[in-house]
Amino acid sequence: MSKIYIYPKINHSGFPAYTNFRSISFFLALLILWGLLACAAVGCGRDKAAQNLCVAGSTSVQPFAEKLAEEYMRQHPQARIDVQGGGSSAGIYAAQQGAADLGASSRELVKKEKDLQEFPIAYDGIAIIVNKQNPLANLSLGQIRQIFQGRITDWQAFNLKPHPIDIITREEGSGTRNAFEELVMGKQTEITPEALVQDSNGSVREIVANDPYAIGYISMGLVDRRVKALSVDGVAPTRDNVKNHTYKLVRRFLLVARDLKPGLCTSFLNYILSPEGQSLLETEGLVGVGD
Amino acid sequence: MKKELFIERILLFLALSSIGSLLLITVFIFWEGVPLITHTGLKNFLLSSHWAPTRGHFGILAMIISSIFVTLGAMVLGVPLGLACAIVLAEFSPERVKTLLKPTLELLAGIPSVVYGFLGVVWLVPLIRDYLGGPGLSLLAGAIILGIMILPTVISISIDALSAVPDLYRDGSIALGATNWQTVRRVVLPAASSGIITAVILGMGRAIGETMAVIMVAGNALKIPTSILDPVRTLTSNIALELGYATGRHREALFATGIVLFIIIMILNLTATAITRRR
Amino acid sequence: MRIDPRISQGIMKALLWALTGFTLFILVFIIVTISIKGLPQVTASFLLKEPLDMGRSGGIFSTIVATAYVTILAILLASPLGVGSAIYLTEYTREGWITRIIRFGAECLAGVPSIILGLFGFVLFVMKLGFGWSILSGGLTLAVMVLPIIIRTSEEAIKAVPQEYRLVCYSLGLSKWQTITRIVLPSALPGISTGIMLSVGRSLGETAVLLFTAGAALRTPVSLFDSGRTMAVHFYILAREGISMPNAYGTAAILMISILLINVVAYSLMQHLMKRYS
Repeated sequence: MSKIYIYPKINHSGFPAYTNFRSISFFLALLILWGLLACAAVGCGRDKAAQNLCVAGSTSVQPFAEKLAEEYMRQHPQARIDVQGGGSSAGIYAAQQGAADLGASSRELVKKEKDLQEFPIAYDGIAIIVNKQNPLANLSLGQIRQIFQGRITDWQAFNLKPHPIDIITREEGSGTRNAFEELVMGKQTEITPEALVQDSNGSVREIVANDPYAIGYISMGLVDRRVKALSVDGVAPTRDNVKNHTYKLVRRFLLVARDLKPGLCTSFLNYILSPEGQSLLETEGLVGVGD
Repeated sequence: MKKELFIERILLFLALSSIGSLLLITVFIFWEGVPLITHTGLKNFLLSSHWAPTRGHFGILAMIISSIFVTLGAMVLGVPLGLACAIVLAEFSPERVKTLLKPTLELLAGIPSVVYGFLGVVWLVPLIRDYLGGPGLSLLAGAIILGIMILPTVISISIDALSAVPDLYRDGSIALGATNWQTVRRVVLPAASSGIITAVILGMGRAIGETMAVIMVAGNALKIPTSILDPVRTLTSNIALELGYATGRHREALFATGIVLFIIIMILNLTATAITRRR
Repeated sequence: MRIDPRISQGIMKALLWALTGFTLFILVFIIVTISIKGLPQVTASFLLKEPLDMGRSGGIFSTIVATAYVTILAILLASPLGVGSAIYLTEYTREGWITRIIRFGAECLAGVPSIILGLFGFVLFVMKLGFGWSILSGGLTLAVMVLPIIIRTSEEAIKAVPQEYRLVCYSLGLSKWQTITRIVLPSALPGISTGIMLSVGRSLGETAVLLFTAGAALRTPVSLFDSGRTMAVHFYILAREGISMPNAYGTAAILMISILLINVVAYSLMQHLMKRYS
């Protein structure tokens, strides 16, 4: 039963059909590839770094930064700007560590972050959104606070069909959340831990768009036809109301950096603050810093 | 002879490098996480449900309970269905069906978890919200999606375990007058039990470790669930949600959560080895 | 009252078939949904154009490149390490408590939730070592993730080679290394390549890890220090933010096709290698 064969097939020269050459050269090739990769990584990568810009942080700022980057790269084809998300706190932290050249934040810097340079690029409102099927059109600031606090838990408090309110909030590192907490919740109250948490403006919008009983808050510039933005204390969440200071839930978009590197970084920042960059932001729904 | 020694040295270097990197990771995780556990105290860390990392509260009880319930739910769903499927495919159907199905199962096992999560958000969550109540993003949704995700794994390995039982056992049982089902229930299943238990434990491991799908469907609320329609946050979801901006003690807390998960996996593996060795 | 075994068998069979039908329905539903909604999106221009407008339009070319880049890097790093370690552990060491601990450690790390490795990769590669969000960080972290898998499967494959082969070779005067390269490795190659294919499949599906190490840049990565988003990450972002459902389904369809391709390649590779040994 147990015949002992010598595998693989031996060819006429006495060597196994393909292994000898193959395995040794395989290992050698791998070793060389390793070495090449290492050289390529160090050499090629560092060179390109000068033409590379990394912007990371706020998911509110992200789509606008991406648009600006797209436009800038169209005008300067040899530049490369990468925009990452992660939330304002993540962006600020990345800027502090140097992992990102520019951090994007939709909240103000706190004391221990003040060693960074900050460059405001726009004003943005925070919109309170509900599903399109929700008949409500306006809420007072106090009502919004009580909802997110967990004091008002059912839509029947507003003479709607009784149903629990599904509260959507952002994660703790979100600039939008921090701004919301400052502007709406105040120092005394917190967002209830029973609230559902999502990690980007887009996903909050998506959930509110699909859940008839949901309420959430997102960057005003990201409101689209799929959700309804409520008026706060009778003031509609429009760009003009942000501009003339009647809509109160407003925060700044900041770009922060440890040290502003000359070259692509400064050039891009100048582009954003230039009339062309600012008008691009205004068309997208933000308010420029010029005002 | 010199060449042999040289090659042995290279291989030793490779082995040490890989073992070294694996060790590095383990040490890194424990190094970063243990300071927090000593700072908060193990009891407080594991048994307090107050998680407010920016204010110094690091209690992960709510998340431990959520992870346990979500995993249990996934097992309750995935194991019976998977086992039933495996039995039918291995014992009661022709060989051709098996060869057709194995690649399909491998395909399903390879589909990224985010796709499962997405399909869950689009199809399952509205169903739960409209017919069962709650926001839809819930413990139930997480359990169902995870249960579906571990199905291919459980089915595949169970089929292998069942097929590995020698036909001799089945023939003997039938010769003694047992029906097919009696044979399966009293002969084949016990014989394949260690393989099936391995399948279950592997499925459990996958369910515990799943992050993205759960973030998409479970709601991520920070409370201990009181009903299956409550939104929950598992240990893994918590790490993913806070990883980008956690610094200092907060980051140590995430690593400490990692330690807890690591230990759970270790226990699962030990159980699996112990069971397979005993049989 | 004892139920006739034939009746209880009938009941159980019906129940099992029902459960099986239900399970298969769910699984087939998944594949069919992705295919129906996604395959129409898979056109040549979808595959070859870059994403525009945050992914709302354009194609997914950059994500395909990023996925390939990161996966190849991870496999290139992990395979020599993994296979080499497996060879050393099985051929050059004796079975003792050290090797058992190493094996147990590898098993545990293979089972550890990937988000922990993502945390590790983020803290070490992206932040502390300063690589930033890059293909390098992503590839290194993925390599660390698949290393235990490759070690484990290679070890099993090498151990499965019958000891007789080796003894025959030694008795014929072959040296240890000659035995390994000419007999043991070729015999174990099907198992080793299965392990590598498994790792490739795992890398393709990995989202959380890559989101935090390779980032989510929309442009095609060129150098190792460029950031790039893989298909899975792109899908996740498109899907959760509702940016473009058709594109999301299209990306999912392509992911499914890639996995299918990899399985087919792996299967035929195994057949080919098996044939080499009669």
